[in-house]
Amino acid sequence: MMPLKPEMWVAYTFAVLSGFGFGFVLERAGFGSSRKLAAQFYLRDMTVLKVMFSAIVTAMLGLVVLRAVGLVDMDAIYVNPTFLGPQVVGGLVFGVGFAIGGYCPGTSVVAAATGKLDAVAFLAGAGLGILGFARSYPAIERFATSGGGKRQFLTDFLHLPYAVVAILVTLLALGMFAGAEWIERKMRGVPKETDHAPGPAAPTPAE
Amino acid sequence: MANVVSERQSPGEKPMWDPYVAGFFLGLVLLGTYLVVGRGLGASGALTRITARLAHAVVPTWVATNGALGGYFQKGARWWDDWLVFELIGVVLGGLAAGLTSGRFGFVVEGGPRISARQRLFFAFVGGAIVGFGARLAQGCTSGQALSGGATLALGSWAFMFAVFGGAYGVAYFVRRLWT
Repeated sequence: MMPLKPEMWVAYTFAVLSGFGFGFVLERAGFGSSRKLAAQFYLRDMTVLKVMFSAIVTAMLGLVVLRAVGLVDMDAIYVNPTFLGPQVVGGLVFGVGFAIGGYCPGTSVVAAATGKLDAVAFLAGAGLGILGFARSYPAIERFATSGGGKRQFLTDFLHLPYAVVAILVTLLALGMFAGAEWIERKMRGVPKETDHAPGPAAPTPAE
Repeated sequence: MANVVSERQSPGEKPMWDPYVAGFFLGLVLLGTYLVVGRGLGASGALTRITARLAHAVVPTWVATNGALGGYFQKGARWWDDWLVFELIGVVLGGLAAGLTSGRFGFVVEGGPRISARQRLFFAFVGGAIVGFGARLAQGCTSGQALSGGATLALGSWAFMFAVFGGAYGVAYFVRRLWT
């Protein structure tokens, strides 16, 4: 029965390995680039949405199928507790910072690991923001811990069975993929960020 | 100061993976962590612990008694003793390995074509601070909430995800000079 939940140091070794895979894929997806990430918010490059929802659907369907055949005990799997108010407000704040800074925490770590100095600045800022949150915690603790923190699912919200919601999420993702491809085709007629400058691109000295 | 690098791909680079292929493999990694240890991926959790450790070296009493960070330094607790800390070490190594083998490793400041490197560093820092605050309030980031929580169909994680896109699209127009 899964999850296997091995002893501590086996789990931590596995943590390094899966983190390696995570970081490697993020870089190969192009997420070590703040410009590529930010382009999502100007509808010029929908890679963020495509990668994110492909990953969510893959892992979600894997869990749904393995649960259905009795190989996974979902009760033993960690599910982020729901604090609706703080998560919505925190998400809005987070999104504003994402559009300004060009990274989220995971992608900034990958970008910093590939030498991007703006990612190092972002990480330093993130540390300050975390300390700012800690500093203001006494004043906002009531709000930050509001919302119950219960184990709640989209199924509780939609009043539908788990498998049905999984199918709906898959359809939602497929619909968004179609929309993303359509937007990218439409935007291709518009000058892309690489050739925004009027006239031909300046030749590089090496040429 | 060096100019901002704003071209998308230099000649020596390996192409990026197809987004759907990359997403599929990312999903397999995430599924693997759920099946083996019963937990998902994350980034801001470990960054919080590292930040707390650094602050603890300077102002130990403040950190140890702080409601948000103090738990990591209570008796019997070890600040590094968490799945996410070791996972983040892997993220650094994986990102480094992928960057070195793709030709995308390089000490550069990357940003939009209309701002200087100094401006880009400033706004990266400001954006990072906002993201850091938001991630703590939401108890997770795009990795730990949106991706990992999203895959388990956690209600709050989905609310967070839509809020992130809402916040980013809502402000994108006003900060377009940074990117376009």
